[in-house]
Amino acid sequence: MNQAVQAAAPAAKRKPKETGVPDNKKYLHPLMVKNYGNWKYHDRPRPGVLHHVAHSGDEIWSVRAGTQRQMDVHTIRLLCDIADNFAEGRVRFTIRSNIEFMVSEEKKVAPLIAELGKHGFPVGGTGNSVTMIAHTQGWLHCDIPGTDASGVVKALMDELHEEFIREEMPNRVHLSTSCCEINCGGQADLAIIVQHTKPPVINHDLVANVCERPTVVARCPVAAIRPAMVNGKPSLEIDESKCMCCGACYPPCPPMQINDPENSKLAIWVGGKNSNARGKPTFMKMVASGLPNNAPRWPEVAEVVKRILTVYKEDARPWERLADWIDRIGWPRFFEKTGLPFTKYLIDDWRGSRANLNSSTHIRF
Amino acid sequence: MAKKLHDTPNLDQLEDGPWPSFVTGLKDLAKDKDYVVDLLGQLEESYKTKKGYWKGGTVGVFGYGGGVIPRFTELKNADGTPKFKDAAEFHTLRIMPPPGMHYDTATLRQFCDIWEKHGSGLIAFHGQSGDIMFQGATTENVQKSFDEINEMGFDLGGAGPAVRTSMSCVGAARCEQSCYDEAQAHRAVLNTFLDDIHRPSLPYKFKFKFSGCPNDCMNSIQRSDMAVIGTWRDNIRTDEALAKKWFAKHGMDELVNDVVARCPTKTFQLKEIKNVKKSDSISSVAVSDTHAVEIDNRDCVRCMHCINVMTGALAPGKDKGASILVGGKSHLKIGGLLGTVIIPFMKLDTEEDVEKLVDFAQRTIDFFAENALEHERTGEMIERIGLANFLEAMEIEADPAMVNSPRMNPYVRTDGWDAEVAKINAKKQAA
Repeated sequence: MNQAVQAAAPAAKRKPKETGVPDNKKYLHPLMVKNYGNWKYHDRPRPGVLHHVAHSGDEIWSVRAGTQRQMDVHTIRLLCDIADNFAEGRVRFTIRSNIEFMVSEEKKVAPLIAELGKHGFPVGGTGNSVTMIAHTQGWLHCDIPGTDASGVVKALMDELHEEFIREEMPNRVHLSTSCCEINCGGQADLAIIVQHTKPPVINHDLVANVCERPTVVARCPVAAIRPAMVNGKPSLEIDESKCMCCGACYPPCPPMQINDPENSKLAIWVGGKNSNARGKPTFMKMVASGLPNNAPRWPEVAEVVKRILTVYKEDARPWERLADWIDRIGWPRFFEKTGLPFTKYLIDDWRGSRANLNSSTHIRF
Repeated sequence: MAKKLHDTPNLDQLEDGPWPSFVTGLKDLAKDKDYVVDLLGQLEESYKTKKGYWKGGTVGVFGYGGGVIPRFTELKNADGTPKFKDAAEFHTLRIMPPPGMHYDTATLRQFCDIWEKHGSGLIAFHGQSGDIMFQGATTENVQKSFDEINEMGFDLGGAGPAVRTSMSCVGAARCEQSCYDEAQAHRAVLNTFLDDIHRPSLPYKFKFKFSGCPNDCMNSIQRSDMAVIGTWRDNIRTDEALAKKWFAKHGMDELVNDVVARCPTKTFQLKEIKNVKKSDSISSVAVSDTHAVEIDNRDCVRCMHCINVMTGALAPGKDKGASILVGGKSHLKIGGLLGTVIIPFMKLDTEEDVEKLVDFAQRTIDFFAENALEHERTGEMIERIGLANFLEAMEIEADPAMVNSPRMNPYVRTDGWDAEVAKINAKKQAA
């Protein structure tokens, strides 16, 4: 229990109503309540629009638009005005921070799309499009960020906007970014993640006062950290030959600064798939690293992302997710087609890594 | 009118381009709030130096031990005063959304009014754990804003070593693939653990996610300690009118290359109608006057691909429920883990069914709380103790659906083998 609770407040303080997760029924569009659990099928009349048909014969149209996720109240009120005046007052958000407006009549779809367009909200993100990037907090709010999140997403979505508003990819493309290796952005077809390249720089004056040393020692995945006396003060030291620069020690011990303006790089990962469709779910794999953390628009990252997506778009067959496509063409061809260098750092040497090695003569020439 | 904006040459470059700009939104807020003027000042500094300047701390609301993410500025002048004093405290409230993240505009407008009054005016829909993130309040205003949000019927989410806020897909509300009432299960489970959400005291975080079908739109296998994923046991349902409509539009090439060839177990076949097999486990539907698809459901792994492509023509069966997988997590500490099947199928039709899910969740968390090491996730704990020990503690029988294959090494002591076989046989006879 933290100090806020221990510092028991005067009796006048309001006790929380421990209500938990609220019921969603009162927020649902009335047609969703009526046909709850009784939908029959859906189609997509155009990118950004889902048309669901219930067993009852009822129909509902959902118009999906991209947002900046980190929204000011004026933007949210504008979206509410659009929902009240051009839709039916009910909205929902997708896991990738797109907003959906539900309407019961087809004739409302076009004016709703026009209004969203007028205010600069891109309509799309459905089906085989590149959808909005799942992202983290970055410099705006995180305590351990190697880079920004909202800014990276804004810069990249400007570049990928055309693929968001169209459905021209082989299958859906989910993207994520993470501002440290913890990867709060999560698994995706293509992810951009900070990759540190130097061990943490320790401020030995602060460690004893700020860090619970045994916790920090225990946190290291490769047991590279040990307690030590430095300049007469209890501190920690790192076996730099063991350290793989993951930054796991930094959250419990901020004096072990892992972020480095020059040496914290960005890596690109591909082939994560959450769905069980076709193959089993997969984790993504690192295919590029060493890209500079070049705010405010990260052009080098955008170039690699677009290069991979361009090759995928040209080469993959319908319904192949990025992982499915690479399964078919093989990794050598992936690196050949994208022109990305396959370095020794891409050969897995973590526990379980033998399963990632090719123990066969299945080799494409 | 707020004070003058700081120069933000880097952030200014994020106002161009077709995608909505959070910088433009922040500048809009900064017209009225010195708070946001200084937030922009600090963010611009991060863009210049490529460093973050927030540190954590301890801020909460009365009665709870978690759910607020405290942030104090570390960007100080030489004399120790904050460089951007009006944004020296910038805490976030994590608020749990309704299942499926549905809202009416009145609720969203009320959020805006509260946050304009007490906070920065910046709200994220939603964070990666699924919370509505009310970003940016002073220590003093955290309680005030929480009190008003809480009076609306919304509650704080999880942070730290706690049961975390959950997410569920749009599900039964609008999706034909939904195999259970995601919202009901989501609320029944999460609201059982409010104490573990609000008063962090577990070894580490514990996340639930609820997806209505194996498309797993909530990424639950990759990202949750307990994934509840809808599925079905009986035959795929078919609709001839929609199947013929699909075929008329898409044709033979797409049927063969996009559906038949992509079935992971090759149980989906295209046949001349006269050759279609008849049996209790076969689903078949004509796509034309001459051809039909035939699916032997015993070989179907419920991957969803054919149903995704031919939605409506094919649909999940009627004997629906969920598969439960345990132990998914990201890299730290031992590397990423996908969830493992623990309960291949459970019904979730009735309140009693859902109670069984709640009970399993309760027993899992109790075991996790007792047995996990500090900062060890459930998947890591299972890896350390072995799945068989976890099953025994949960009183769940071993099932071949839990593994990709039986073991590939002899390093196991098997002197209990005969007793296990006798138990299995006794159970078979009793059934």
